[in-house]
Amino acid sequence: MGRFWSLLFLSVPILGVLTFLWAALGWYPLEGHWFPELVVADSSIDHLFYVILWMTGLVFIGTGLAMFWFLWKYDDTKHDGPVWYSHGSHLLEIIWSVVPAVVILFLAIYQMDAWAGARMRRPMLENGQPKPPIARVTGRQFEWKIQYPGNDKQFDTPDDLYTTNDLHVPRDEEVVLEITSEDVLHSFFLPNFREKQDVVPGMKQFIWFKPVKDGKYDIVCAELCGWGHYKMKGQITVESASDYRAWLEKAYNEQELSEYSLAEAE
Amino acid sequence: MSSITADGQATHAHTSNEFGVGEFITTYVFSRDHKVIGLQFLFSTLLWFLIGGLLAIGIRWQLAWPWSDMPVIGPMLFSAEGGQISPEFYTMLFTMHATVMTFLVIIPILAGAFGNYLIPLMIGADDMAFPTLNMLSYWVMWPAFLFFGGSFFVAGNGASSGWTSYPPLASMTEAAPGSGLAQTMWLIALTCVGISSMMGSVNYMTTIIQMRAPGMTMMRLPMTIWGMFITALLQAFALPVLTAAGFMQLADRLFGTGFFVPEGLIVNNSEMAAGGGQPLLWQHLFWFYSHPAVYIMILPAMGMVSDILACFARKPLFGYKPMVYAICGIAGLGFIVWGHHMFVSGMNPGLGMTFMVATMMIALPSAVKTFNWLGTIYGGKIQFTTPMLFALSFVLMFVIGGLSGIFMAATPVDIFIHDTYFIVAHFHYVLFGGTAMAVFGAIYFWFPKMFGRMMNEPLGKIHFLLTFLFMNGTFFTMHILGAVGFPRRLADPYHYETFRHLLPMNQFMTICAILMVACQIFFIVNFFYSIFFGPKAGRNPWHANGLEWQAPSPPGHGNFDFQPIVYRGPYEYGSPEVDEDYYPQTQPPNQRGDTDEPATMVNH
Ligand code: HEM
Ligand SMILES: [Cu+2]
Ligand SMILES: [Cu+2]
Repeated sequence: MGRFWSLLFLSVPILGVLTFLWAALGWYPLEGHWFPELVVADSSIDHLFYVILWMTGLVFIGTGLAMFWFLWKYDDTKHDGPVWYSHGSHLLEIIWSVVPAVVILFLAIYQMDAWAGARMRRPMLENGQPKPPIARVTGRQFEWKIQYPGNDKQFDTPDDLYTTNDLHVPRDEEVVLEITSEDVLHSFFLPNFREKQDVVPGMKQFIWFKPVKDGKYDIVCAELCGWGHYKMKGQITVESASDYRAWLEKAYNEQELSEYSLAEAE
Repeated sequence: MSSITADGQATHAHTSNEFGVGEFITTYVFSRDHKVIGLQFLFSTLLWFLIGGLLAIGIRWQLAWPWSDMPVIGPMLFSAEGGQISPEFYTMLFTMHATVMTFLVIIPILAGAFGNYLIPLMIGADDMAFPTLNMLSYWVMWPAFLFFGGSFFVAGNGASSGWTSYPPLASMTEAAPGSGLAQTMWLIALTCVGISSMMGSVNYMTTIIQMRAPGMTMMRLPMTIWGMFITALLQAFALPVLTAAGFMQLADRLFGTGFFVPEGLIVNNSEMAAGGGQPLLWQHLFWFYSHPAVYIMILPAMGMVSDILACFARKPLFGYKPMVYAICGIAGLGFIVWGHHMFVSGMNPGLGMTFMVATMMIALPSAVKTFNWLGTIYGGKIQFTTPMLFALSFVLMFVIGGLSGIFMAATPVDIFIHDTYFIVAHFHYVLFGGTAMAVFGAIYFWFPKMFGRMMNEPLGKIHFLLTFLFMNGTFFTMHILGAVGFPRRLADPYHYETFRHLLPMNQFMTICAILMVACQIFFIVNFFYSIFFGPKAGRNPWHANGLEWQAPSPPGHGNFDFQPIVYRGPYEYGSPEVDEDYYPQTQPPNQRGDTDEPATMVNH
């Protein structure tokens, strides 16, 4: 039976790697079972994921094969002779502490830039001021309220534009969003943008990205926010700068017609 | 010490002829014997394991066949909705599933059941340092059982703000159907679990430090004991924080304080009176306990696996001291990495950088342990018994869970995979593939000691094979869902276009999950049948070295029928000094090679 169990354990690295390969290649029946299409300029998250996937993949295959080989070879019923009576090896301990340490340290340093880009280096204007948000996104049970500052670039003035679950952003521009919550925690998740940020009541936060591909994509709420959490769904539309401005104008005019009804409801 | 009878049972003064009701109660119900308490924990946690598993099937049912009538169970549970799972009910399901599994299964089964049963036996003591406290630690679990269990039957059908219970959702009764009375009961139950663990932790630390048999130095302790010891330390330092946080949340809910609620919240169209608090504060306090808790849920398992591996590889554990240091390293680092649960929470990104580096570091001791386990089986004479299979699968599954942790430790990658099924895959590899598999292995391994009978090997192997296959079928595929960004905790993820095509994959996983739960029947049958009818086990059926194997099976009151004296570490398998391939810790040094270790009573 030792042979059988060794092979069973061997099947883990083999099937594991195959599953990942299959999904990454998008072969039947796993089409679309990998990253959703990337629509922003910054691909550093995907890149990092692959770097880690390669590293961990090698370790996974290595340990899996080693384990299989030891089980196969040292099966009690198949192999005679004394055991290797050893309490350990100082040299080996040092090797397998230092090598992973170096790899891990490399990774830790290697990823810092991507993190800083995503969370610390907010886009600047020419004059060195932080770029103002293009819109404010407010989470509430169970919808995304979107507020555009209007021509005066100031929030909470009469020319603000309000929409619900419908966010439009211009293509090829650094877009900054201000996000906040009115009741509980939500999480503003754009799978195609590799962007996610918890939305915390009492806090004002900024996120930014540079969309490069036109289209309509899901806004997902990724933090449990109550029973209706699953239906808290918005849509983000990426379009050319001119289309974007046309949309803003049209939406604003529609809102004028309904006499600030949305604004006053608040 | 007491005298020995023919069948190896210790005779004790109080063994009287009239075994009255009072005696029955003090022996089996309010027992102060660590072994009985350990078994009480074992039976209770196994029962809750089953309940938790059934809750998981509810979750999986909804994800595979959303909004469809559940056969048989559906009409029984929620006839109002025509046998469908409602979104409220789904929220409750995953909250209570996770709560039950962490707080009523994994933590108490490791520390409460195995810790209690094994610690005195393995260090050569006759009981815990504080037997009455020990008894209480089991009985305060009962309010926890009752409150968690009872919360299913009050409005909202159970707490439903996630097992992490993040405010403001959890601290405002208005926020969700299940955040009324059910959530209050949840908090009270959690406190009881905390008190129980605290009592246990004090007991384990004292016992291990004070009550070791002569010759049992710290560096001769079995790894199981090291795991339990460090876990007890973790609990002692981390638990007070969670308990305090729990009280603060209770106060927020019951007395309108605002520890975790910021100013001016509008919930259900009414403005909250309380304010001035911070939701992130809860997350810091909660994870300050609950991150170490994930080590509380794995270190004892790592210890038990080390013992099992050495025993069935018939050779010494590779690198005993580095293994001990690795456990200490994991525990130490475990306290400074809680923030990795909060990379996208709104916490300062600079802090995220710090937590990232600390988290990466924790991969090191984990790697050391893995390589040492491989070193242990290398060059051995491997016996593929059921406990060994479970222990081996622990190693392999822990590798997967550990490696996927590196993805999440990388802050930018975590932005994408946080709160997706990648996370769910990760912690199930650690907790189910890891801890739960180790627990099964430990049950098969120590069963002969606990009940004096052997479990059935073929049945055990079938149980292992099926559990192993379906476990991987259920959880490995979750990595793939995570890569798509499939979020967790959604009653209907197919509401979003991005995830609509993942339904068949989810159905596959659900079928695996149902089969995984179903095949536990092999375990249940084997377990109960063997308790009564299994072949009788001798003192040392596995030819192991630990002290517990020198005591009678099952050990009588007071454990040992002789005074154990320890001459060596627990991993002397295949030693050239003796003819057998094992060399029990209590066996006086052999005539042939006894010069290096004098049989003195050292360090006690
Ligand atoms: C019978 C096998 C099990 C199955 C099929 C299963 C299934 C699941 C599923 C599908 C979820 C995701 C819920 C969601 O986030 O939407 C989940 C969550 C979870 N499970 Fe399990 N599980 C099993 C066993 C265990 C065990 C042994 C543990 C041990 C501690 C455990 C601990 C957890 C935890 C902590 C969560 C997190 C829930 C959350 O807050 O999102 N599970 N489980
Ligand atoms: Cu939400
Ligand atoms: Cu953690």
